[in-house]
Amino acid sequence: MRTADVVIVGGGIHGCSTALHLALRGLRPILIEKDYAGRHASGVNAGGVRQLARDLHEIPLSIASMGLWERIEELVGDDCGFESHGTVLVAETETELASFRARVEDLRLRGFTHEELIDRAELKRLVPAVADHCPGGVVSRRDGAADPFRTTQAFRRRAIEKGAEVLEGVTVTGLSKVGANWRVETSAGPIEAPKVVNAAGAWADRIAAMLGEPVPLTVVAPMLMVTSRVPAFIEPVVILRGRKLSFKQLGNGTVVIGGGHLATSNRDRNETVLDWDKLAISARTVWELFPAMRAATIVRAWAGIEAFMPDGIPVIGPSSTSEGVFHQFGFSTHGFQLGPGTGAMMAELVATGSTNTPIDGLGIERFR
Amino acid sequence: MTKASDLASSYELVVIGGGPAGLAAAALAARAGLSTVLFDENPGVGGQIYRAITSSPVKDRAVLGEDYWTGAELAVEAKASGALIVTGATVWSLDPTRLVGISIAGQARLIQADRVIVATGSLERPFPIPGWTLPGVMSAGGAQTALKAQGLVPSGRTVLAGGGPLLWLLAAQILRAGGKLDAILDTTPRVNWLRALAHLPDFVLSPYFSKGLKLLREVRAKVRVIRTDRVEAVGDDRLREVVFGTGDGERRMPADLLLLHQGVVPNVNLAIAAGVTHAWNERQLCFEPVLDGDFTSSVPGIAIAGDGAGIAGGTAAAERGRIAAIAAVRALKPAASAPDVQIIRQKLRREEMGRAFLDWLNRPADSFRQPTGDTIVCRCEEVTARQVRDTADMGCEGPNQMKAFLRCGMGPCQGRLCGLTVTELIAAQRGTTPVEVGYYRLRPPVKPITLAELASLPIAEAERKAVER
Repeated sequence: MRTADVVIVGGGIHGCSTALHLALRGLRPILIEKDYAGRHASGVNAGGVRQLARDLHEIPLSIASMGLWERIEELVGDDCGFESHGTVLVAETETELASFRARVEDLRLRGFTHEELIDRAELKRLVPAVADHCPGGVVSRRDGAADPFRTTQAFRRRAIEKGAEVLEGVTVTGLSKVGANWRVETSAGPIEAPKVVNAAGAWADRIAAMLGEPVPLTVVAPMLMVTSRVPAFIEPVVILRGRKLSFKQLGNGTVVIGGGHLATSNRDRNETVLDWDKLAISARTVWELFPAMRAATIVRAWAGIEAFMPDGIPVIGPSSTSEGVFHQFGFSTHGFQLGPGTGAMMAELVATGSTNTPIDGLGIERFR
Repeated sequence: MTKASDLASSYELVVIGGGPAGLAAAALAARAGLSTVLFDENPGVGGQIYRAITSSPVKDRAVLGEDYWTGAELAVEAKASGALIVTGATVWSLDPTRLVGISIAGQARLIQADRVIVATGSLERPFPIPGWTLPGVMSAGGAQTALKAQGLVPSGRTVLAGGGPLLWLLAAQILRAGGKLDAILDTTPRVNWLRALAHLPDFVLSPYFSKGLKLLREVRAKVRVIRTDRVEAVGDDRLREVVFGTGDGERRMPADLLLLHQGVVPNVNLAIAAGVTHAWNERQLCFEPVLDGDFTSSVPGIAIAGDGAGIAGGTAAAERGRIAAIAAVRALKPAASAPDVQIIRQKLRREEMGRAFLDWLNRPADSFRQPTGDTIVCRCEEVTARQVRDTADMGCEGPNQMKAFLRCGMGPCQGRLCGLTVTELIAAQRGTTPVEVGYYRLRPPVKPITLAELASLPIAEAERKAVER
């Protein structure tokens, strides 16, 4: 019988980060991944490392995560392609700008200063290519972007170096309590451990269901597309509020266009089918916002399968039914930046029973 | 000239590719009464084998050979059948719901099909030798295209290297058109005969036999043929000389043009992007779609005909197209009259008879498929063989992970020029098989489209309503 201190289900950035941080605490985790690490959303997302425009419940985790991103090479032995040029939320109308102002002031009252309102001149300075109709926006200057697959792989590699075991191509088929331990049935035989972390992303509801705590998880697959190389013209990541768009130019000159339009997906077949009508909407938005992009060539479009919760924020914390089990899923299309910090927090929670990072309001009990 | 806006929003049959398979399929289906549209990205139909068949400036029929001109009949038949033939139309997406993304003169459309026949044919197998990216080195297929479409014959000192029937055909065509070849470097391993011999009787009975012998004799009479197991293109800013040899012997030959060819492989990009299951063909050393006897794929309603279904040549392609079209007719209009499929299957069997011999005989050597050192593998992203091998040693198990490490296969060609090489290198390095390693997961658009083209898609009903509200 294989045993471990902790079994982690799911080899996305969250599972790999938790595995690394548990190993750093001297524990011996086994991570189980049904495909390979970073196969789904963690490996193929837009790579935005963003504190900007987050739900209040996530802000402490996001800020803690940012600290880790800024020393990512020290943490995982790879710079993960992380570059920090800020994220800019562009207002397209005065009304929108007014609502952004209210949000920034509210954050300030709560003691968060990472979001900063900018006027038309500062917007033009940060994003010279933006269309003239935009009156301003919000910037989070420490934000940036990284290479998602490389990052997830780096966490996986470092976790293994530090003593974690990673089993890929292995599926979980059952969970049961045996004495003080959890017995995790897998396609590669059973594993026993006192603690289990459910980081199974779009498949996490199935693990939760095994524990008798069903969650209303929706499987989504946000679409992205990338252009061929164009001359460098924009440094920060740009996002919109009124229309769905995220936009960034990578160091190699290619431009990644996303924003949350969804493909149809089938999680049992690892399959996504793109919705070109929706991608055309993204193309029209870019057409209007960045006229310089009109002649750029789209070389590839794709979508990664992930979990979306009804309230758009993740499920983080102890199981409400099963002692020793912890949830870490449902990041609702914005979990990449949270990976490093949530893994550290989760390792602390699993190892010590509590954490200094506030995760109030994120527990699974909110769906009971 | 058909515009994107002239197209209906749906057709019973969409045929993708206007080579022999596509032309024959469209003609048969339209004649049986299916509303049929054929898309081809070139200015005219014909595919690679009958490229420019309706417009070639080469008027002396002997130059390109009688086989080439049979393509004209297929083109005429398709045109007369009532099928809508749309040239200059790039299909950039096909999904499992049979929604076809198409672009014509900068305008994009989405077309729904009840059935799709993918007839996107073959492309030349990558030939990654040292220096193959130098100006002055090109694929033999590229040279043949220039000959068929523009009547261009290579000038200067020209060397042809590689193997396979098309290499010899091109050599003959160049010579007949008045061109000169300095040498043919035959890279086919002699040891291939061992495997091929068992299939010789079938080959002798096949249509390939006499044609092939005649072709070889015609070329050998005029050009020096040198067997070699090493070829290298050398030059500073462009090709200056070709270095080749066997064993320890090394020879150098000054050259202005080096034409490379080591066979063709199915063009799998569109089918893989549509979700069609593929398998490794060990005899032909390539991936090909898994198909039933009607050439229907694992995705309902999508069939693949022609060389895209596995390499079998142009005449077989037309028969395959007809069989796939009959299946479409049977499925959509069971009462319609269609030719007897058994007769066509017999013809196809005869066309395919000599294939095993040709495949085994012309199987390219490992050294020409699995490069080493600084030889470029992925031309778009300039990734070398050493990088791919080292990354495989580091633990990278498949081409999709390799993309993330090296960006190989992520350029505009979407892996067409490196996919097989990367798969084979990973397999070789990790001591496993191409089946285990698998191929690139391919993403649409399968052909690049501009942001402006994508933005030109007619606004969908749902979006219009959202804006009005």
